[in-house]
Amino acid sequence: MIEIENVRKSFGQLEVLKGVSLAVDRGEVVSVIGGSGSGKSTLLMCINGLEPIDSGRILVDGVEVHARSTDLNKLRRKIGIVFQQWNAFPHLTVLENTTLALRKVLGKSRAEADAIAIKQLEHVGLQDKLKVFPGKLSGGQQQRMAIARALAMSPSYMLFDEVTSALDPQLVGEVLDTMRLLADEGMTMIVVTHEMGFAREVSNRVAFFKDGLIHEIGTPKQIFEQPQRPETAEFLGSVL
Amino acid sequence: MNYTFHWRPAFRALPEMLAGSLVTLQIAVLSMVIGIAIAVLLAVMTGSKSRWLRGIAGTWIEVARNTPALFQIYIAYFGLGQIGIHLDSYLALLAGITFNNAGYLAETFRGGLRAVPQTQVRAARSLGFGPIAAFRLIVLPQLFRAVFHPMTNQMVWAILMTSLGVVVGVNTDLTGVTQELNVRTFRTFEYFAIAAVLYYLIAKVVTLGARLIAWRLFRY
Repeated sequence: MIEIENVRKSFGQLEVLKGVSLAVDRGEVVSVIGGSGSGKSTLLMCINGLEPIDSGRILVDGVEVHARSTDLNKLRRKIGIVFQQWNAFPHLTVLENTTLALRKVLGKSRAEADAIAIKQLEHVGLQDKLKVFPGKLSGGQQQRMAIARALAMSPSYMLFDEVTSALDPQLVGEVLDTMRLLADEGMTMIVVTHEMGFAREVSNRVAFFKDGLIHEIGTPKQIFEQPQRPETAEFLGSVL
Repeated sequence: MNYTFHWRPAFRALPEMLAGSLVTLQIAVLSMVIGIAIAVLLAVMTGSKSRWLRGIAGTWIEVARNTPALFQIYIAYFGLGQIGIHLDSYLALLAGITFNNAGYLAETFRGGLRAVPQTQVRAARSLGFGPIAAFRLIVLPQLFRAVFHPMTNQMVWAILMTSLGVVVGVNTDLTGVTQELNVRTFRTFEYFAIAAVLYYLIAKVVTLGARLIAWRLFRY
């Protein structure tokens, strides 16, 4: 379970998170929607400790992420994250991209790592690209590879940070399909997205984020059909 | 024109000139190895919080890049001599070229570091790599590729710059040997033509070798 309690975070003068609280249960898919620059991506970076926080706390399976005693490198193995872009390591093949952390972080043998990686790459439909370098892949394929690379570490949670925002429209579908598959398999996911269709169909809950705060959270039906807050209605009116 | 070419004595001096070529190559290689080490240090210093370190690195880079290499060698030989540091010709030449290499390469490395997006480190850290492992396995290979060709260019430059050693009395490198032969025989054209061909060949071999290494190493 991921518990975010009253988290605040500033970059210099700019406060990007102004007391965010959110709890995500095992097996749940929570989509975070809202305008650009509202702090959604920063929140994900805070969850796996890539960004420090100013106050509040974040617990992952009861372990406080920003506590001094927490081994972040170890904690991060539990949390897979896929970013908007520049995910792929360009100097490594698809297979090497996926096996590197298995071998160097988890200490698995090459054969063991290859087996896990190939299974995950099949999972996302890249089994015939093993020896290919990322530069030869489409954006959608690169994102699917990034998903497989994260999954190979067998994380308990997956965080997605606008993973389709930098893609050509015709490539968005294949990435969303992969994420849908994961959700169906019961993966716990926090998905920051601009894809309202995806948020509506796949999520258990949808959180509307604005100006560093979650203004409203509820089932997709609630948020999309009966938003309680005028800000939510206004945002949805502008994107749908 | 009443100059008659005499190639035979010139060709007879070839072994001597080849020995000189080895010295030339040796100075170039040494100046690159030491230059790279200093350049890494300078590149790190330019990003330092200390104004002093930034200032020293910045000055080094500015002077090395914006003054003639000949002056840099002069200063290493005569200038340092005046303040009591006496380097022999060979060391002065090596110091001058190393100074020059370090300045140019520091800029190359700084640019190379910038060419690897910070998001790559982020992606690596998110997979559980520590900062050192992320640098070694993800940043360094990409950085190396970004700086490889500029480094090759600098190596060729270093080879050609060694010829400046003649002004501070280096007489064992290719130019030094050639100059001595010239003074002895006055077959200026023949000796310097052969020396030019040798420089050309050394530079070509280095470039081709680098291309071969790049082809083996950079598969993407």
